[in-house]
Amino acid sequence: MSIRVAKTGNEAVAEGMRQINPDVVAAYPITPQTEIVQIFSSFVANGKVDTEFVTVESEHSAMSATVGASSAGARAMTATSANGLALMWEIVYIAASMRLPIVMPVVNRALSGPINIHCDHSDTMGARDAGWVQIFSENAQEAYDNLLQAVRIAEDKNVLLPVMVTMDGFIISHAMEVMHLLEDEKVRKWVGEYVPENPLLDVDNPVTVGPLDLYDWNMEHKRQQAEAMIQAKPVILEVAKDYAKLSGREYGLFEEYMLDDAEIAIVVLGSTAGTAKEVVKALRADGVKAGLLKVRVFRPFPAREIAAALGGKKAIAVMDRSDSFNAVSGPVFAEVRSAMYGVENAPKIVDYIYGIGGRDVTMDHIKSVYDDLAKIVKTGQVERALTYLGIRE
Amino acid sequence: MAKLLEIRWHGRAGQGAKTAALVLAEAVISTGRHAQAFPEYGPERMGAPMQAFNRISDVSITIHSHVERPKIVIVLDPTLMSVANVKAGVPDDGIYLINTPLSAAEIRKKLKLEDGKAKVYTLDATQISIDTIGRPIPNTPMMGALVAATGLLTLDELIGDTRIKLAKKLRPDIVDKNIEAIRRAYQEVAS
Amino acid sequence: MSVPKDAGWKDVPKAGRILEPGCAAKYETGGWRTYRPVHVPENCINCLLCWVYCPDMSIQVENGRFKGIDYRYCKGCGVCAQVCPGKRGNKALMMLLDEEAQGAEGDTK
Repeated sequence: MSIRVAKTGNEAVAEGMRQINPDVVAAYPITPQTEIVQIFSSFVANGKVDTEFVTVESEHSAMSATVGASSAGARAMTATSANGLALMWEIVYIAASMRLPIVMPVVNRALSGPINIHCDHSDTMGARDAGWVQIFSENAQEAYDNLLQAVRIAEDKNVLLPVMVTMDGFIISHAMEVMHLLEDEKVRKWVGEYVPENPLLDVDNPVTVGPLDLYDWNMEHKRQQAEAMIQAKPVILEVAKDYAKLSGREYGLFEEYMLDDAEIAIVVLGSTAGTAKEVVKALRADGVKAGLLKVRVFRPFPAREIAAALGGKKAIAVMDRSDSFNAVSGPVFAEVRSAMYGVENAPKIVDYIYGIGGRDVTMDHIKSVYDDLAKIVKTGQVERALTYLGIRE
Repeated sequence: MAKLLEIRWHGRAGQGAKTAALVLAEAVISTGRHAQAFPEYGPERMGAPMQAFNRISDVSITIHSHVERPKIVIVLDPTLMSVANVKAGVPDDGIYLINTPLSAAEIRKKLKLEDGKAKVYTLDATQISIDTIGRPIPNTPMMGALVAATGLLTLDELIGDTRIKLAKKLRPDIVDKNIEAIRRAYQEVAS
Repeated sequence: MSVPKDAGWKDVPKAGRILEPGCAAKYETGGWRTYRPVHVPENCINCLLCWVYCPDMSIQVENGRFKGIDYRYCKGCGVCAQVCPGKRGNKALMMLLDEEAQGAEGDTK
């Protein structure tokens, strides 16, 4: 029912975009995302898609053109990375507040400087309060699967929010792996026809979008945005269930790996989850009750569900691939520990900042985190609430 | 081969180490196994020493860290042996495949692998590629040598996959020359 | 569509969209006015420059001739009086303090 192929993450996402066949793609290149739109533009040139491809002069324009196209009633996409996302910033918020179901792959990369092009999550994490649904992927397969699901999530009448689908820069974007593509026709049918709400191009029903909205009603519109994010959670699960029927691969808000009876566990996003699974396997073979929780959906943050999954564990390490510089912790830790506040049997929780600027995170690194957790369980003491993993002291 | 096999390619940027790793992964994947291929990305430009990696397994691979302890090391450019630490992390019984006009015994001496635990294979891949393809592109013959040295793929699997891949970009006569390079390498690699 | 005064966040269109075309007509900006233009017919040459310049479409025209001023929307900006060439140096539109001019002419809302 599916096609087994060898693809890099970027190739997988470009194939997904081809199958979605969006009406408009406005994009600007930035490594490690460049290949996605480069490959996609070849699909456009070769007539494999009907997409109007808009070459713009910057990411600010890429997002602006995407917002314009989406407002007009088009299924519109773009893709970016790191500093490109930063340059889009102003319009990223506008896309969400205008309730436009734009889907955007984001290839996670450090924000410069000092100049760095490698993976961390500071780009996406910086945009975590922009009002976009954020879905993280562990590998090329998940990036592809999440991309297809993102279209249905974004366009759901109860959601109508833009969605970022992320994958780790280079580690996934440029690594070739085995993955399964679905057949073109199946994807097109499953993704369906986009029926926009109040599009500008519906000349029989003229509307004004993006008008001035001051203290008289702006707060009500923001409350609607918050509600859409709340509604996104059940929609994400429904879409995942339906996608499982199509693909045989089922997704939740997060993945629990040997977590059920675990005493110690780490919470992690993206490609590192895969490396950590191997560590969990090895620890289990040694009789250590280790587990893992991989956050897939970071916005809306599944606080209640994560609290339920982690309640009763003895010690938890949260892995943050970005820093909040002198906040209490990295952003993931802040969410997870807030979720655990007041939960009965809440475990001890510590934070690890890791993999900044593409710093490799090895199985040995992850093993050392589990060792720390085992020590916390044994002594009942937390020596360090925050650790910079693999830093040269 | 249930166990995870890890490979490190040493090359100079522009020599096709990344492409070779991708080609290998794709060929292995087409036989139903699992594989990864990924390069190390730095600021390198043409000529700078660089590395690329493979992981190969019968079961799915979830590890996404760098390869630190490769069982197999492939050196695309003999001059790299004095610049790059090609032995880093390799177990005593590791496998080395070197593009060089020197003999395996000479390389053993150079790399201080005289205890005989490691396997060392050599091939003058640059010369073969000049003879067959007409240009110094050692990565294609090195694939043939790798297959002969390790049995990762059969020669037919490699040739079949390479043919499909190259046919998308190259003229039929050039494709044939690449295949000839692979065949010669398969025969000429020596330990 | 006007939003009822007692509407809550669940009742208003998403993203502040305005779903009713031309609804700006319901927003009468005449109350913003301090000075109002008053028409002096004997000085008017019907050049209609006032109609061209008025930002609020408040100059009413019929059969190619000046008809009146819609004071429901006129904000009293005075651009009409400024551009009016008048006749022999006498303007056909004068700006008078709104309160003093009340009822001087036409629709006085």
